[in-house]
Amino acid sequence: MSEITKLTLVELTKKIKSKELSALETANAYVSRIKKSKKLNTFVTETLDQAIASAKNIDDKNLKSGVLAGAPIAVKDLFCTKNVQTTASSKILKNFIPPYESTVTSKLWDSGAILLGKLNCDEFAMGSSNETSAYGNVINPYQKNGEHLVPGGSSGGCSSAVSANLTSSTVGTDTGGSIRQPASFTGIVGLKPTYGRCSRWGIIAFASSLDQAGPMTKDVSDSALMLDVISGYDEKDSTSANIEKGDFLNSLNKNIKGLKVGIPKEYIVDNMPKEIQTLWDKGIEWMKESGAIIKNISLPNTKYALPTYYIIAPAEASSNLARYDGVKYGFRAPGKDLIEMYENTRAEGFGNEVKRRIMIGTYVLSSGYYDAYYLKAQQVRRLIKNDFDLAFKEVDTILTPTAPSSAFKIGDKTNDPISMYLNDVFTVPVNLAGLPAISIPAGFDEFGLPLGLQLIGKSFDEQTILNSAYALEEKISLKSKVIDWWM
Amino acid sequence: MDKKFDYFLEGKTGKWEVVIGLEVHAQITSNAKLFSSSSTKFGSNPNSQVSFVDAAMPGMLPVINKYCVEQAVKTGLGLKATINNFSKFDRKNYFYADLPQGYQISQFKFPIVGEGEIVLDMPYGTKIAGIERLHLEQDAGKSIHDQDPSSSFVDLNRSGIALMEIVGKPDLRSPDEVAQYVKKLRSIMRYLNTCDGNMDEGSLRADVNVSVRKVGSSDLGTRCEIKNVNSIKFMQQAIEYEAKRQIEIIEEGGIINQQTRLFDTKKIETRSMRSKEDAHDYRYFPDPDLLPLVLEQSFVDKIKNSLPELPDEKKIRLMNDFDLSSYDASIVVSDQDISQYYEEVAKDSDYKLAANWMIVELFGVLNKEGKEIKDSPVSAKNLSKLINLIKDNTISGKIAKIVFEEMVKNNEDPEKIVNEKGMRQQSDPEELKKIIDNILKNNQDKVEQYKAGKDKLFGFFVGEAMKNTQGKGNPKLINEILKEQLK
Repeated sequence: MSEITKLTLVELTKKIKSKELSALETANAYVSRIKKSKKLNTFVTETLDQAIASAKNIDDKNLKSGVLAGAPIAVKDLFCTKNVQTTASSKILKNFIPPYESTVTSKLWDSGAILLGKLNCDEFAMGSSNETSAYGNVINPYQKNGEHLVPGGSSGGCSSAVSANLTSSTVGTDTGGSIRQPASFTGIVGLKPTYGRCSRWGIIAFASSLDQAGPMTKDVSDSALMLDVISGYDEKDSTSANIEKGDFLNSLNKNIKGLKVGIPKEYIVDNMPKEIQTLWDKGIEWMKESGAIIKNISLPNTKYALPTYYIIAPAEASSNLARYDGVKYGFRAPGKDLIEMYENTRAEGFGNEVKRRIMIGTYVLSSGYYDAYYLKAQQVRRLIKNDFDLAFKEVDTILTPTAPSSAFKIGDKTNDPISMYLNDVFTVPVNLAGLPAISIPAGFDEFGLPLGLQLIGKSFDEQTILNSAYALEEKISLKSKVIDWWM
Repeated sequence: MDKKFDYFLEGKTGKWEVVIGLEVHAQITSNAKLFSSSSTKFGSNPNSQVSFVDAAMPGMLPVINKYCVEQAVKTGLGLKATINNFSKFDRKNYFYADLPQGYQISQFKFPIVGEGEIVLDMPYGTKIAGIERLHLEQDAGKSIHDQDPSSSFVDLNRSGIALMEIVGKPDLRSPDEVAQYVKKLRSIMRYLNTCDGNMDEGSLRADVNVSVRKVGSSDLGTRCEIKNVNSIKFMQQAIEYEAKRQIEIIEEGGIINQQTRLFDTKKIETRSMRSKEDAHDYRYFPDPDLLPLVLEQSFVDKIKNSLPELPDEKKIRLMNDFDLSSYDASIVVSDQDISQYYEEVAKDSDYKLAANWMIVELFGVLNKEGKEIKDSPVSAKNLSKLINLIKDNTISGKIAKIVFEEMVKNNEDPEKIVNEKGMRQQSDPEELKKIIDNILKNNQDKVEQYKAGKDKLFGFFVGEAMKNTQGKGNPKLINEILKEQLK
């Protein structure tokens, strides 16, 4: 049974189509594994019975035409799912049941995938360790000397679930690194597509100009397949790009001979563990061996990316989260009048990190501070984008580490928001520039914890980074070191 | 012009001038809302026209309604304003129970329409009132506080309806100018079919900015804004009250605090809502869910080329082509219903007579009965017939007034009235000559006196002729025959 859950999405769907495997035995394999994996706390909501019923239906009616037919998939609890509780891992949306389905997830179900449940994440996707969830922290299937580690964030339930074989693949969202950093922490592949590649309709918003849904999978081919399914123009999202859909899996190609790879000197940061630098150097060697041409480049405004991000993202969030006011849906704490009801509801309904960001966002948008913070940040954002535009005149892709460290212990950084924010130092510039980037598992540190490398691409050129990642993946040929210690 | 502008308020220290500027909120005539496809029908059951977007459900996104953009451009062109090919939507953030998103989508820095003007016909000549800008925004819902002793209710049917905020320059100087301004603006929008101007249903309402200054001064005083006034009469009353209040304060040595006030329609007074110090900080910032609104020039040109004839142009045409006086023409074009009625009467009768009869006789009746032209007791067709009866000498103007009185009672066909009551004009020259010869024969003495120079007796002969024809003799013919016979 457990062999089924180790299959990649591409392998699994092939076997189901050829009837080598039934949808039901596949679903059963995942369901039984999920039931035995409660310790990891990856799920906020499970829909296991419905999953079994859906699988039976697929077998009975031989509904095998969709590319994901019979693939059991759990999704981040930020995607609204029709008639299934959607909380954004917040108390304020506890028991909220959307009467509609997000565009991205409806594409999954339309392709024949089966919903397993909703995966834990940082509250409203605000966090880098999954510790801000109102439903408890998620545990990384990798351990350090037997100690529990964070799975990264905000898509920590996603990364942990893929790494622990609790879902065949998943979709997360990435606002400042929320797909790539947890992918790096758990030894899986995470792809943040170009802003506008996938519809944001039906995804609970954190920072609208940065949020983007993307695949989190066991390998690069699976990410290509998932992107094929979930991408595409959506007239319900004004910021989605009306461009031709790619054919990512079919176009996947290991040949990167002559590909120009940029190495940005600004990504060498203080206190970066030596093994990360070593891994990066190895990555450069592997690329060279595959025939790529390495070029040193400069992205001079990189150092401003983090402060810029921590102005723009909270600013948008402070406005996006205003709708959670206890009036219409979700949690309400009564008060003697409207104002007191607002205060009680939001004080009790939101966790500390969310409140911190709402306050930062409210502050930077206030009259008298707007020009100095928000407006300035928008200008710097443009400069960061210009840096990439200039660099991409010289190179086809940019190679960097995904995160400045491996997974850390639960509670290690919860009292130091700045050190927590520093986790996003390599991922945030990509969101500010709206570019695609992929993190692939590239090695282990001295404790056997996974480390990722990031490939950044040109706007709407996911194919090039998928191909580069595909080539690297073969070179690295890493095997998962997850032992089922929790079972 | 014999009349001069004379609206100055007498204070203890001299004469004061009132400076007024309006911010008009006009509901766009459109079947769907600004960012959703919900219906905009007035008077439907509460919360029956609310989409997921209007209710600000999690993950919902706004999509601009192109028709509303067209309507705003059309209105801008009707106000001879600059159309901005680049405009942006901003979020205006504040909490209120009937504002589901926690922000209103509006246009702050880059409105869709720039400077324009409105021509006002005042008794002392025409006056140009400047328009500062016109921008698109969403309406909020409605809070209902009087249905339950302990709860308030919210109706979101209005939530998201498209409004145009039309910001006027502080160019108005009297309540009459304000009335003219609003009427003219409403008339233009009705001609364009961009706003029905129905103030009872809240389709048109205004914030009124009032300040005062000594006659001769060119400085602007500190203004107070009277919020949400929904009738022209209330605007006039509010201005008069507010101006007097400000003058009193200044004359007693006080200063005006910039503040927002509301108008109490029962007590006919304005009251402070909030002062500048506790004004909302709306934290405007560009809405990241919407792209900038970029208009192709061809889109604007197409609208420009399809504009109907507007009141100002129509007025000039009526004056030039049909020799109407400026006064008559401006009354006829002032309202689209009036103008339509007029065109219908005039096209089959006589432009000049039609204007006279409408303005003097018909408006007299409408005023007396408190009716609008669309409820006129006399149909355009019948008035047209009446005018033709005068034109072809079937009846005299004097008789026509009697016929008109009959028509008002039951909108009867004037021809029928004339025939049934035997009011047809005696216009047979032979018959009239016989009657006149008879009169002259019977009044030989007076004929002698007339011929000896007593010209006044001519009236006596006319009177006798009318008496002998029961008032139906054609006065023009009688005059001619008498002159001939008395030579």
